[in-house]
Amino acid sequence: MKIFEQEQSSVAVAENTTPIGYVHSIETFGSVDGPGIRYVLFLQGCRMRCQFCHNPDTWNQGVGDELTADQVLADAERYKAFWGKQGGITTSGGEALLQIDFLIDLFKKAHAKGIKTCLDTCGQPFTRKQPWFGKFEELMRYTDVSLVDIKQINPREHKRLTGWSNENIFDMLSYMLENNKHVWIRHVLVPQRTDFDTELIQIGNYIKTIAPIVDKVEVLPYHTMGVSKYKELGIDYPLDGIEPPTQARVKNAEKLLHTTDYTNYKNYPNYPKA
Amino acid sequence: MKQLQANDTTTDYWEGFNGGDWQDSIDVRDFIQQNLVQYDGDESFLAGPTEATTTLNNKVMALKQQEREAGGVLDADNDVPATLTSHGPGYIEKDLEKIVGLQTDKPLKRAFMPYGGIRMAEDALEAYGFKTDPKMHQIFTEWRKTHNAGVFDVYTPDMRKARHYKIITGLPDAYGRGRIIPDLPRIALYGIDRLIQAKVTDHDNVGDGEMTDDVIRLREQIAEQVKALKGMKKMAASYGFDISKPAKTAQEAVQWVYFGYLAAVKTQNGAAMSVGRIDSFLDVFIQRDLDRGLIDEKQAQELIDQFVMKLRMVRFIRTTDYNDLFSGDPIWATLSMAGVGMDGRHHVNKTSFRVLKTLDNMGAAPEPNITLLWDKRLPDGFKRYASKVSIDSSTIQYENDSLMRNEWGTDYYGIACCVSAQPIAGGVQFFGARANMAKTVLYAINGGVDELGKAQVGPAAEPIKSEYIDYDDFMTKFDRQLSWVADVYVNALNAIHYMHDKYDYEAEQLCLKDSRLDYTFATGISGLSHATDSLSAIKYGHVKIIRDEDGIAVDFKADNDYPRYGNNDDRADNIAKMLVKKLFDKMNTHHLYHGAKLSTSVLTITSNVVYGKNTGTTPNGRQAGEPFSPGANPAYGAEQNGALASLLSTAKIPYKYARDGISNTFGVTPRTLGNDISSQEDTLVNMVDGYMENKGMHLNINVFNRDTLKDAQAHPEKYPTLTVRVSGYCVYFADLTKEQQDDVISRTYFEAM
Repeated sequence: MKIFEQEQSSVAVAENTTPIGYVHSIETFGSVDGPGIRYVLFLQGCRMRCQFCHNPDTWNQGVGDELTADQVLADAERYKAFWGKQGGITTSGGEALLQIDFLIDLFKKAHAKGIKTCLDTCGQPFTRKQPWFGKFEELMRYTDVSLVDIKQINPREHKRLTGWSNENIFDMLSYMLENNKHVWIRHVLVPQRTDFDTELIQIGNYIKTIAPIVDKVEVLPYHTMGVSKYKELGIDYPLDGIEPPTQARVKNAEKLLHTTDYTNYKNYPNYPKA
Repeated sequence: MKQLQANDTTTDYWEGFNGGDWQDSIDVRDFIQQNLVQYDGDESFLAGPTEATTTLNNKVMALKQQEREAGGVLDADNDVPATLTSHGPGYIEKDLEKIVGLQTDKPLKRAFMPYGGIRMAEDALEAYGFKTDPKMHQIFTEWRKTHNAGVFDVYTPDMRKARHYKIITGLPDAYGRGRIIPDLPRIALYGIDRLIQAKVTDHDNVGDGEMTDDVIRLREQIAEQVKALKGMKKMAASYGFDISKPAKTAQEAVQWVYFGYLAAVKTQNGAAMSVGRIDSFLDVFIQRDLDRGLIDEKQAQELIDQFVMKLRMVRFIRTTDYNDLFSGDPIWATLSMAGVGMDGRHHVNKTSFRVLKTLDNMGAAPEPNITLLWDKRLPDGFKRYASKVSIDSSTIQYENDSLMRNEWGTDYYGIACCVSAQPIAGGVQFFGARANMAKTVLYAINGGVDELGKAQVGPAAEPIKSEYIDYDDFMTKFDRQLSWVADVYVNALNAIHYMHDKYDYEAEQLCLKDSRLDYTFATGISGLSHATDSLSAIKYGHVKIIRDEDGIAVDFKADNDYPRYGNNDDRADNIAKMLVKKLFDKMNTHHLYHGAKLSTSVLTITSNVVYGKNTGTTPNGRQAGEPFSPGANPAYGAEQNGALASLLSTAKIPYKYARDGISNTFGVTPRTLGNDISSQEDTLVNMVDGYMENKGMHLNINVFNRDTLKDAQAHPEKYPTLTVRVSGYCVYFADLTKEQQDDVISRTYFEAM
């Protein structure tokens, strides 16, 4: 698919210094990717290889449609009427943080226009090393809320599940706690992989330690809608034969993660009465 | 505000109301303006069903089950042409009914209505194993001419061909045209006697004795209306009520309003039998009785529940052809609610909530066709309750109040049929089915030869002979075929409405409207998305024709990708706009019956399946026989950028031309709307707000999983009340044909990954 070809002729050719985003696709009606209705930009590229990934088509870096922040915002603003007081744009992926220069440009310009920003990340690229860390700090200034996955609490298991350790992800959350950057914590519940009571209890305990910045905790039941993509891409499906979790297991995970304790998202501007 | 005058003989009836112009002349709108009771709260005040309601509802549900098991029809008349008084009173269980009145003497028994066309009436009976009384056959073939006979006496060969080859389909030339909203509250507010008096005065004032065609027609029509009003009194008297005077209580008000509706459905089997807009009106009567301590909330709800129950029981007997077009026994008892007045006050009231509550108290049902006239300014409590009902039952449609209010110049309008607005006091629509735009594209390519029938139907013109289609060459040829379609279509409708007025005049509905009316000449477009994508393919995709041995284009191959309608991409969306305007302009060059004003619609109901069946492969890759997308929806699978991009494409179609409606049927899984019920409601509210703000006209909202539908198809007994919204109306899923069920299942459901 070609994204907004119709605009390319009307937008001036970007200067060399303008960061370019590599975009996999756009979802204009995202309602589970942050507060309210969101324009979700799925960015191309991810280094993790999570076994349950449902977007393997976003793994490759440096491919996809090339767009500037101005182009994205011009398109996104066409949907402003749907956003109410909470909605806005969300960058997802792939791993959005792999395109941090583009994100800074996008979120800074979005904020200048009064558009709410949400970063969906697994935190894998996070490091305290410069110059990346300075960029991250700048990005956080323009980020209203982040959605952060805790896929596994145990670093070794995390590596087995995703190919990468999770130590820097917890470091990123520490940074967020120190700097009062609010997050929604999400845990993808995969039977036989991430659905063990002992680990869920550990994750629940960990979340308590960062409670002041946690506005919401969500359990995302693993689903099989990504399977067809693996077939198309000719990749073996790592979770072959694993079914989505039962309703009872989802409820169990919600209990162990104490999801109902984290309700600050209800205090967002104009959040509806329950 | 005017005070009620003491010497007014109707003061007793009007006690407690604010006075106004409505006292001096028939003016329900002014009554509502003076007496509106706004409600800004939530649904917590609502009451559950009474025992009587539940008992009655269980009986009705059991009867419906029997009806389904009997193959669709429980019982039918074959020897009594239906009139207001052709049947004695009928009841479900008399002692429990707070609101009474049935179309015939027994629940769900279908009346015999031959005036639209005797053959249609006979075929319908035969389809369900009944036989028309020979005497009736003789009367309506030898002695009394029908609407259908009149139309076929005057049709031209071109009209017959266009009909036969289905480039124009669903014309109301053998059944009632419907789409008249009677101003039902008039009966409750004024009583029949006062209405007769007003009609007699109107009759006196038509013409000065110079008998022109117009004067003769109108004088005769008003005379018929007076007879109908008198007939209504008799009909009500058979149930023990005197409706010559205004209603004194809420119960009477609901009953009087219902009698008006009953008069309509006893005498007309119109394509749509709308109820109009009664919530804010009845609410005034209900509130007065609550204030006087005559009833409590439970009893108020009971009146609305039982009124709605009656609307759910309306039945017509129809042919199998008709059911293929409009499946599931729809009657479009469209009930419009909410909206904002010209003065900026919203019209949400407690009775708007009570009507929605019926879906909870008596289970989901397709009728009445609940339509919310949506404006951003509606109170939050109502918006959220409506969203909740949508998520629970998928039974609500949403229409853009400010768009319609401004275009029609009144806040006292309702929805006639599925989605078309109509001023209630003084407007009427001449219903006109739809022309097949996708087929017209093929006629342009094939030189007017029908791609399936292989006959010369459109003007014999040079077909496209080149291997690849040149856009300019195509447009020249398309223009010629489209001019022909516009000509044949509009003129067939001229004949139809002339004859309908003559042989099947709707006196029982029109007696409750102003005598001098503004007429809308409704037309419609089917296959817009496929025509649009086909033109886009030709323009941007370099399309090659594959022909059969007769030289007819039977398949197409686009070398390049091309923009498709449904992605908020102007390149494609502008083609859709252009097509609508082009057909409109062409039709508008013609004479229109009765000085009517032209309008069109992009709306198919379930007929998208039949239209698709009768249309060959189109250049956008839609295969021969595949269903069209419904209404103004993008073609299945064309959407690439998510639901909102798709909605904004539809929102670009100009309402100015398509004033009869631009329908979008939106399907979404609950999880896509949000992870919990509160955010799901919030998402729906924001979505509808956003769509309307972008001038989107109409939204059917369906919230369920595809798996649920598949299961319901396999095990209908598990889902007796599963309803789906289908392009302008609502239907029990179990009542759809297998093909239509497949179509609904295969539709785009926006899903979150």
